[in-house]
Amino acid sequence: MDMKKYVIRQISIFSENRPGRLAAIAHALGEEKINILAFSIAEANGFGVVRALVDHPEKAHDKLQSLGFNIAFTDVIAVHMKDQPGGLYEVAKILGDAGINIEYSYAYSGKEGAVLILRVDQVDDAIKKIKTSGATLLERSVFH
Amino acid sequence: MKCWDPRIEEMPREDLQRMQYKLLKSLVYRLYSFSLFYHNRMKEQKVHPDDIHKLSDVHKLPFMFKRDLRDNYPDKIFTATKDELVRYHVSSGTTGKPTVVGYTQNDLDNWSTSLARGLTSIGLGRGDVIQVSYGYGLFTGGLGMHYGAERIGATVLPTSVGNTERQIELMQDLGATAIACTPSYLLHIGEVAEKMGVNIKKDTQLRTGILGAEPWTEGMRNRIQEWLGICAYDIYGTSELSGPMFTECAEQKGFHIWSDIALVEIIDPKTGESLETGEKGELTITILQKEALPMIRYRIGDITTMEEDVCACGRTHPRIQRIQGRVDDMLIIRGINVFPSQIEYALMAIPEVGEHFQIEVTRKGALDDMLVRVELNKESFSDKINDLMLVRQKVEHRLRNSLNVNVDIELVEAGSLPRFEGKSKKVIDKRSM
Repeated sequence: MDMKKYVIRQISIFSENRPGRLAAIAHALGEEKINILAFSIAEANGFGVVRALVDHPEKAHDKLQSLGFNIAFTDVIAVHMKDQPGGLYEVAKILGDAGINIEYSYAYSGKEGAVLILRVDQVDDAIKKIKTSGATLLERSVFH
Repeated sequence: MKCWDPRIEEMPREDLQRMQYKLLKSLVYRLYSFSLFYHNRMKEQKVHPDDIHKLSDVHKLPFMFKRDLRDNYPDKIFTATKDELVRYHVSSGTTGKPTVVGYTQNDLDNWSTSLARGLTSIGLGRGDVIQVSYGYGLFTGGLGMHYGAERIGATVLPTSVGNTERQIELMQDLGATAIACTPSYLLHIGEVAEKMGVNIKKDTQLRTGILGAEPWTEGMRNRIQEWLGICAYDIYGTSELSGPMFTECAEQKGFHIWSDIALVEIIDPKTGESLETGEKGELTITILQKEALPMIRYRIGDITTMEEDVCACGRTHPRIQRIQGRVDDMLIIRGINVFPSQIEYALMAIPEVGEHFQIEVTRKGALDDMLVRVELNKESFSDKINDLMLVRQKVEHRLRNSLNVNVDIELVEAGSLPRFEGKSKKVIDKRSM
């Protein structure tokens, strides 16, 4: 099984917790005509990490880096969920039963249904378990 | 006003100066003969003990600096043997390396005598209970004050720092009449006492504060005196001189520097030239009677002025005024000396962060808070919040260990801190005294 095609490149950006930082990031991406498909902000004491799936991760990386941002790529996977009560449970249960830990996760609900984006410690294992359990993984080509 | 040793304290100035000259002469001979460090220093300066003919010839002698202690860590310039040493104190140095001060029994006796004179001059003595709320241990404040207070026959309540509520209970229960601590800690005690429903003015016997180890102002003195109903006296000293050593007298007009113990000069920090009496300059002290670690023309880095007229209290010894600033960029946080260079030094050993930093000092209530902003290195950025928190913690622990004071760390984006030429501007001091 070609697992690589399910590994999606998320961009992660270090940001100080002060007004205007998200606007600066969004403005830079907008200027480069980069579309944000999903995103989340995690916050800690005095700083935050902005995580986003974009259509052109390399271009986003280079642009933000040139502006001085601390930016890194992180491998995540995206699982299709039923957009109805119990949808999240089905996916979460697969990982839980397999003993795979979710480091963090965020979700969106769009035209093609609900999607759960996951950062797990063992990516390959997670892909295998999700595939064999019958759930649908979204390929990287869906995003970029 | 009662004196601890009236013969010395009220001795005419000419006699004092004659005594100082004799002490200086024998000190210089002793060091030239027995201290390789000082022998070499004098040779470099092309000065010989025979060149000292009068007290003002002290100007011919070379200066000593904090770095001399650091460079000779731990005890290379001690002039006493292990057999003669009875104590060590250790203070944090300018670059994170500590400096060690050794004491012979005579050194400790002189230290206590100096304090005994000072404490007596502010009306303390037998029957007084002196609560020592300076830290006990490597810091000189606690033990120094402890022995000084015992010397005058007062009863010592050695509470050290911390556990403020218990300090207040003991102050009440044991009838403390005086407290020795930093002025900001006393303000903190006042605030905690109010919360406990204790009115220091009415519910305790406290009437004297011996406050030092950090800069404070006349405004703060007035506030403390009015609010707590005590007389607040300033005390001065650094570990290199022995520790807290010189206090104000009841007149509250500067620290009496006992002439038989120390020779004071005020110099121009740029040229090293002596300044006229009353001119503002860098305090330079020669400890005339010190056995384990002699200090000659030691440049402490504090800026002040000196008065030489006879004090209204009758004491003939010169007084130096409240410290008005620093030659370098030293900060005093909760009574602890902090040099920005120490922070730089500590950060250099942490690969996850850059060497640029910014310090912000604030005062919440009565206590100082220090925030250090550091830049997260691009390579160390991790998508995981937990990793970043660990970096923050690591920086916090390292700085706390090297500075001996609690710091808050804020991780900021690489390149976001202002770059400055020179050393100043890295510090934002928002404390209003």
